[in-house]
Amino acid sequence: MTTTLGARPAPGRGRARARHRLTVLAFTAPAVLGFVLFFGYPLVATVVFSFTRYDLINPPELTGLANYEFMFKDPLLVKAITNTLWFVVVLTLARTAFALGVASVIARLKSGVGLIRTLCYLPSLAPPVAATLVFFMVLRPNGGPVDSFLGWFGVDSPLWFSDPAWAKPGITAIMLWISGDLMIIILAAILDVPQEQYEAAELDGAGPVRRWWHVTLPTISPVLLFGVVNSVILALQLFTQAVVAGSAGSGAADATGSTKYLGFPDNSTLTFPVYLYAQGFRYFDMGYAAAMATLLFVISFGVTILLVQRMRKNSSAEEGGPGA
Amino acid sequence: MRKHTRAALLCVTAALTLTACAAGKGGGSTSEAAAAPGQDDKLTLTVWSNFSDREYGEVTKALKTFNQKFPNIEIKHEGSQDDDKITAGIRSGNTPDVALSFTTDNIGQFCSSGAFQPLKAYIDRDKVDMDQINPAVREYTEYKGNRCAMPMLTDVYAMYYNEDMLAAAGITAPPKTMDELYDAAVKATKRAPNGDIEVAGYLPTMGFYANRPTILAPYFDAAWETADGKSALATSPGWTEMMTFQKKLVDFYGHDALERFRAGLGQEYSADHAFHQGKIAIMVDGEYRTAFLKAQAPQVRFRTAPFPTLKADQYGTAFTTGTIMGIPKGAKNPGAAWELIKHLSFDTDTIVGLANAIKNVPSTKAALESPKLEVDEAFKTFVDLARSDKLKGNPVTPIGDAHIKAVTDFSVSYQSGQVPDLAAGLKGVDQNIDDQIAKSGK
Repeated sequence: MTTTLGARPAPGRGRARARHRLTVLAFTAPAVLGFVLFFGYPLVATVVFSFTRYDLINPPELTGLANYEFMFKDPLLVKAITNTLWFVVVLTLARTAFALGVASVIARLKSGVGLIRTLCYLPSLAPPVAATLVFFMVLRPNGGPVDSFLGWFGVDSPLWFSDPAWAKPGITAIMLWISGDLMIIILAAILDVPQEQYEAAELDGAGPVRRWWHVTLPTISPVLLFGVVNSVILALQLFTQAVVAGSAGSGAADATGSTKYLGFPDNSTLTFPVYLYAQGFRYFDMGYAAAMATLLFVISFGVTILLVQRMRKNSSAEEGGPGA
Repeated sequence: MRKHTRAALLCVTAALTLTACAAGKGGGSTSEAAAAPGQDDKLTLTVWSNFSDREYGEVTKALKTFNQKFPNIEIKHEGSQDDDKITAGIRSGNTPDVALSFTTDNIGQFCSSGAFQPLKAYIDRDKVDMDQINPAVREYTEYKGNRCAMPMLTDVYAMYYNEDMLAAAGITAPPKTMDELYDAAVKATKRAPNGDIEVAGYLPTMGFYANRPTILAPYFDAAWETADGKSALATSPGWTEMMTFQKKLVDFYGHDALERFRAGLGQEYSADHAFHQGKIAIMVDGEYRTAFLKAQAPQVRFRTAPFPTLKADQYGTAFTTGTIMGIPKGAKNPGAAWELIKHLSFDTDTIVGLANAIKNVPSTKAALESPKLEVDEAFKTFVDLARSDKLKGNPVTPIGDAHIKAVTDFSVSYQSGQVPDLAAGLKGVDQNIDDQIAKSGK
C-alpha cells in the first residue's frame, strides 16, 4: 500500500528530499497548528488543571489528586453521571431509531417528498433555547395544547419538566424533534442503496419488511453507526436544553445569573456538562471542573473506541474474513 | 516509542507554559489607592452591567450624572454583561473600569480571588462615611473584612398579599407570624370540585420564585454559619423550623396536587406571574415587584407588609441583597473608577433618581430620608424595612451559590417525602457545604 504523501524520494537526493519535506510540512502546517492549538493544547491543559486548585483569576496551585478524591464524596457528581448515562442510552437509541424511521417513511413516499423532507428537517435549524421553550409551552400542564388535548379524553398530562420522572423523557422529545440533520443523512444513505439489490431480493420472494431488514439496514449500517456515535457525543454534551428546560420548569426561565435553578426538578436535568459548568463558572472551581472534563473525555473516548471496534468487527464479518 | 514520549513531554511542557501565561493575565490589583483623575485628564471609563432594556437606559442616565463632577470623563456603559463575562474579561485583559454585578452570591469569590480590587485604601483616603450604609448591606459587599465592592441601591424582601383574596377568606389583617401565615394560606386556598388547586394561599415550594433559602432564612432566624465558620444547618434551629413549616403546608395541599398546580404557573419575570394572575394570594418578593405589578397587572389590588417571622418579636426582619459595584483586576483607570463608584454609592440625588426610576430601595441613610424619594403605600414597607436595624444580608461564601443549591435540593427532597430523618439530612448538607468550602481553599 502506498500513498502519495508517504512516498520517499530516491536516496542521494538530499536537497530534493528536504524540499519535499518542507512542502509536506507547509501543506499540513495549518491543519497541524489548528489541531495543536484548538485540540491538543486545551486537552493537555485540562488534564494539567485537573491536578490543581484554580479559581479562574489566580494562577493554579498544584493539589495532586485532591480533585479526583473529591469525586468520591460528591453526591451531585453521581447524579450527573447517572443522568448523562440515561441520555447516552435512551437518547442514542431513540434518536437513531426515530431518524431511521422517518427517513424510511420519506424514502417510500411517492409525492410531496420535498415538502415533507423540508418540514422534518426545519426544526433542526431552530435555536436550542427557542426550541426548548416552544416545547415547554406546548407540554405545559394546566392549559398547554397537549394537556388540553389529553383532557378531552379525561387523561391528565404528565408534568413533563416539573416531574423528575418525566423531565428527561421531555428533553428527549425535544432532541427527537430537532433530529432532522441525522434524518437527512440516513435518508441520503437509504436512497443510495443500489436498486438491483432490492430487485434481486424481490425475485427471491422478499416482501417490503424483509427487503428493509436484509437489504436496506445492512447497506446503510455504517451511516447508522455514524448516527449512533454522533448521538452518543450529543448525549454526553447535552447542556442547553437541560438548562433551559430546568429553568423554565422551575419558573425562572427569564431570571438572570445564579437565580436560575440548575437541575430542576430534583436534579433530574443536571447533566454532566451542566454540573461541570456549575463547578467551573458558578462555584469558581475550575480545577475540579477540569477533573470532571478529563473523566468525561476518558468515558467518551472509551465509548467511541468500543463502537468503532464493534463496527469494524461487523464489517469484517459481513465481508467474510477477519481484517478484510 | 521514544519519539512519542518526546512529543508527549513537549505537549505537556507547552501546555504548562501556556497555562501559566493564561492564568497570569489580567493585570494586577493593588491595595494602594490610585490617584483621582485631574480635571483636565481626558479619559473614558468603561462600565459593564447586566441591565437591559428600560433599566439599561435609566442606569446610563445615572452614570451620566458623574459628568457634573468630571465633565472630562466619558462614560461607556455596556449592558447584558453577566459575571461569567466579567471573569472572562479579567482573564483576557479586556477589563472594564467598573463592573456591576447582580449576583451577590459571588462576592466571596470576587473579594478573595482579587477579581475585584480592595477598596479600603480609597475609603480611608477619602474618609468615606460607611455608616451611611446599613450594616446588612455592608455585609454583602465584603468578604472576611476585605471590602471589594459597594452597593448600587438594594433589594429588600417583604410580603405581598392580594387584598381581595384575603378579604374573601375572612382575613382582616396580614399575618405576622408563621402560624398566622399557615392559617391564612389554608383559608385563602381554593380548590376545584375534583380537588385540584385553583388558588394557593401561599405556595411553600423551595426554589419557586423568590422562595430561596437565602431570602427565607432571616424570617426563621436560621443562621448559615456557626461561630467557627462551619455550616450551621443542623445546629441552627431555624432551618428545621423552616423545613417543617414548608412540609406542613405541602402536606395540606398534597404534594402531587401542589406540583401539578405549580407546574402550570407562569415565569417569575413575565406578565404570567402567578400573583399577577391571581393564582396565589400571598408571596415573598422584592420591592421591584411593585413596579412590575403596576405595569403588568394594574387590576390586582395588593398590599405589602413585612414577611411573617417564626417568633413574634422578630417581626419586621427582612432580607436584603442588591447590585454591587467593583473595580476589576486590571482596570485601566482605577482612580477614576473609584470616583464613579463613590458617586453612585453616596451622591444622594443620583441614588434617589435611580431608585425612583427602577424602583429599587436606596442604599444610604441620606437617600432613604430624601424628600425626593417617591414612596407610595406599597413601596413604603420596603423603605421602612431598609431604615430598620433588622435587615439581614446575603450569606457570603467563596463557592458561589453552591451552598444555596445544596439547601434548595435538600428542601425539595424533604418536601416530597424522600427524607426520613430531617436532622440527619441537614447534617449531610452541612458536611457537603463544608467539604466544598474546604475544597476552595479559602
